[in-house]
Amino acid sequence: MTAGYAPTDTVALHRDSVRARAAEVAAPRRVRHAGTAVRVDGIVKSYGGQGPAALEGVSLAIEPGELLALLGPSGSGKTTLLRVIAGLEIPDGGRVFFGSDDTTDIPVQRRGVGFVFQHYALFRHLTVFENIAYGLRSRPRAHRPSEADIARRVERLLELVQLPTLAKRFPGQLSGGQRQRVALARALAVEPSVLLLDEPFGALDAQVRKDLRRWLREIHRETGQTTIFVTHDQDEALELADRIAILNRGRIEQVGAPHEVQDHPVSRFVMSFVGETARLPAEVADGRVWVGGRAILDAQAGWPQGAVDLCVRPWDLAVGQAPGALPGTVHEWRRTGRGTVAEILLDGAEAAVEVQVTEVYEPGDRVALVAAAARVFARG
Amino acid sequence: MSDGPIPSPGGPLAALTEPRPVRIALSLAAVAFLTLFLLLPLAVVFVEALSNGIGRYLATFAEKDAQAAIRLTLLVAVIAVPLNVAFGLCASWAIAKFEFRGRNLLITLIDLPFSVSPVVAGLIYVLIFGAQGLLGPFLQRHGIEVIFAVPGIVLATVFVTFPFVARELIPLMQDQGTTDEEAALTLGASPWRVFRTVTLPNIRWALLYGVLLCNARAMGEFGAVSVVSGRIRGLTNTMPLHVEILYNEYNYVAAFGIASLLALLALVTLAGKSFLEWRHADSLAGRGAH
Amino acid sequence: MSSAAVLPEVRPRARFRRPSALPGFRLTFGLAVAYLTLLVLLPLAVLLLRASGIGPAGLWALVTDPRNLAALRTSFGLSLAAAAIDAVFGLLIAWVLTRYRFPGRRLIDALVDLPFALPTAVAGIALATLYAPNGWLGAPLAALGVKVAYTPLGILVALVFVGLPFCVRTVQPLVAEIDKSSEEAAAILGASRLRAVVTVILPPLVPAMLTGFALAFARAVGEYGSVIFVAGNLPYVSEIAPLLIVIKLEEFNYAGATAIAAVMLLMSFAALLAINLIQDYSRRRFGHV
Repeated sequence: MTAGYAPTDTVALHRDSVRARAAEVAAPRRVRHAGTAVRVDGIVKSYGGQGPAALEGVSLAIEPGELLALLGPSGSGKTTLLRVIAGLEIPDGGRVFFGSDDTTDIPVQRRGVGFVFQHYALFRHLTVFENIAYGLRSRPRAHRPSEADIARRVERLLELVQLPTLAKRFPGQLSGGQRQRVALARALAVEPSVLLLDEPFGALDAQVRKDLRRWLREIHRETGQTTIFVTHDQDEALELADRIAILNRGRIEQVGAPHEVQDHPVSRFVMSFVGETARLPAEVADGRVWVGGRAILDAQAGWPQGAVDLCVRPWDLAVGQAPGALPGTVHEWRRTGRGTVAEILLDGAEAAVEVQVTEVYEPGDRVALVAAAARVFARG
Repeated sequence: MSDGPIPSPGGPLAALTEPRPVRIALSLAAVAFLTLFLLLPLAVVFVEALSNGIGRYLATFAEKDAQAAIRLTLLVAVIAVPLNVAFGLCASWAIAKFEFRGRNLLITLIDLPFSVSPVVAGLIYVLIFGAQGLLGPFLQRHGIEVIFAVPGIVLATVFVTFPFVARELIPLMQDQGTTDEEAALTLGASPWRVFRTVTLPNIRWALLYGVLLCNARAMGEFGAVSVVSGRIRGLTNTMPLHVEILYNEYNYVAAFGIASLLALLALVTLAGKSFLEWRHADSLAGRGAH
Repeated sequence: MSSAAVLPEVRPRARFRRPSALPGFRLTFGLAVAYLTLLVLLPLAVLLLRASGIGPAGLWALVTDPRNLAALRTSFGLSLAAAAIDAVFGLLIAWVLTRYRFPGRRLIDALVDLPFALPTAVAGIALATLYAPNGWLGAPLAALGVKVAYTPLGILVALVFVGLPFCVRTVQPLVAEIDKSSEEAAAILGASRLRAVVTVILPPLVPAMLTGFALAFARAVGEYGSVIFVAGNLPYVSEIAPLLIVIKLEEFNYAGATAIAAVMLLMSFAALLAINLIQDYSRRRFGHV
């Protein structure tokens, strides 16, 4: 595994993205309980041929009351991990713990999880009320609440998800966002030890998704429910989660608070997956980082030697003249709501990056960009 | 083209459909063919049945042997259809909700009875349970009658109606996937409750559809049943067999009388089938040949 | 980095079934396979066992017995002819029912399945009455010098009847799904309607027509009930193979019955295989069945 560091911590701290800070502020100040709510240990899961993505030894601990995002591209195994925690997939190896109990061999019916499916999986032939009551009515007779109790609880949940008037509707009569809320209410009705959400907003359009995001955050603050959700959308993860676990090809690459994974990515994958990245082939030698035969900056202690990838956030780039400036060509220049932006292809890079500029450019203009912060990761 | 576009005789969309005379000719040909081969045979059943008046027609059903045949047909259907429903539910649950080796082979084997001649279907049971059959001596010693008795008729009927329910359910349940069941499981439902409250409502129309077709065939089967029945009047005679006996005795009114009852059953089946296809098309899957 | 770097020594085993959280596999699979084996597979195996017990020489003698051979020829020949007729008219009917709008279309569409639903014995006596020399259709045909009932032609009519729905129902969904835009493209490219139909619309339908043909053929070969009433059942002329099985059984000639049945069973399997191959080809070639 490669290591990467910001040139100086002070610089990096100043450049905390506004978004990450907002997420931090939004995080509720709650007393951290001792111990973990859910812990998976060395989970291995493989499939012959096609099927869901495999897992190759995943360990992760979720604290009580935490809102954790499993973030990764499709095929990274994030949904498989969620389903293993729920008991919907049986792992080939490794253990799952709820609190201090080993639940690996406990069937899904008795795990007491709340699961919200990507396409909601509401029961089409049951009303909203009956859908939400389903879990309560599934309990063994001795533990089943009275019908009056069930009605009260369903009503409370309907208020929580802001759909108090829709109890008698059928799922087919609801909008996508409403279905999602009903699915959440149904999962919460059983008072789960952990709430699991599989791409909860994946099937919704952009505006509804935004509203629901904010609303889910509020619900989480209200209930303090330990929650794990799967997403491939980095914005969603950064905005919502207390912590993010980033998966790639069946392994966890990094776990940390949003600002940690954004500002201190431990691998090139994390760096390029969480936020835009300009990437250049470079070389570390003689204590310096070389790009195209020119020394760009001094190598930090612990940086890998030899062929590396130099990764820079676009917002760390600015037009300017300095000994270590990177040459590039303007592809396009345009005004946006936030100022003027130039699309610049750095010499040696595969893809152009958008950089905020103050001057007017023509396509084809040569420019030099100074990197305020950069990271390197061993190639390969 | 120098003169600009020439308006085509059939209007601007003529290139996307056939000329009107061709359409009419094709439609007439299709309707004529269907009339000749389907409608007329159906009509002749009712006309012949009522040819000597409604009184004679109704008298057909007052006859003891006719009533026995009707009772036996109902009895056979009441046994064979639920058996195949139970099998269909088991097979489609295992095949549609799980992945295992040989799944496609199993699906092919389930369809096998459709491509076996009904007469062969009867024969195989004669070869096993008949007097000279594999188990014949054993059955005779214990006084168990299978061939030329009701059990044989039920067996043959089960064989020919074997795939109906399963092949209706398998494609539908494969389409529906497993998330609904998984959702119910995460909510703590027991397996039986999952099946009863989630799976069954999801497949109810397809199940009804399969039962409808299964029942029509069970009540109407002729070839397989005729081989194993022995045609003992009042005892092992089903309605289709009774039709044959009456027809061969030149008792056409009675033959067509019983036949009209079976034709009515066919019409009810078709009506129910069409209704399901029209009203619940999205709850059925894999429309095709049966 | 909290993921354990230890790679547990677990490798996927070659396994019969993918593990699943859903319950009931063993119960339902076991019951289904047991039921299938007891009621279908074992009895069919017994038939083949019996047939092989006769020995190849004996089997050959039985199959090539002139009367048996004639019956098999009648059955297979007429079934091929009937399936061919069904394939052509099946396409026509499917086309008219999906493409054109006319009063009574829904009713006719429902009626297409009549041969599935109508008991074969009923169809048999109805066809016999209809085509008898004094019947509604038999009388005018007799005046023209054509005899249908109690001749091979009568068998053909019955087999066309039982096979028709297969040919309509396999083609119909494909006609409904024909991509309008490919027709439009053909028209834009200047193709005449006939040319568009022949070059663009029909080729993707051919595998479905073949499937329908094979299904109708398989059904026709085994058909018994609707044929025997209208066939006349003259040995060497209008005697079909299934009837001959019944006759042999009534004579307690089990070996004879078994031999004919075995031949028919093998033909059924061949037809089944053909259908699967056609569908496989169609899936690869056209992306649908």
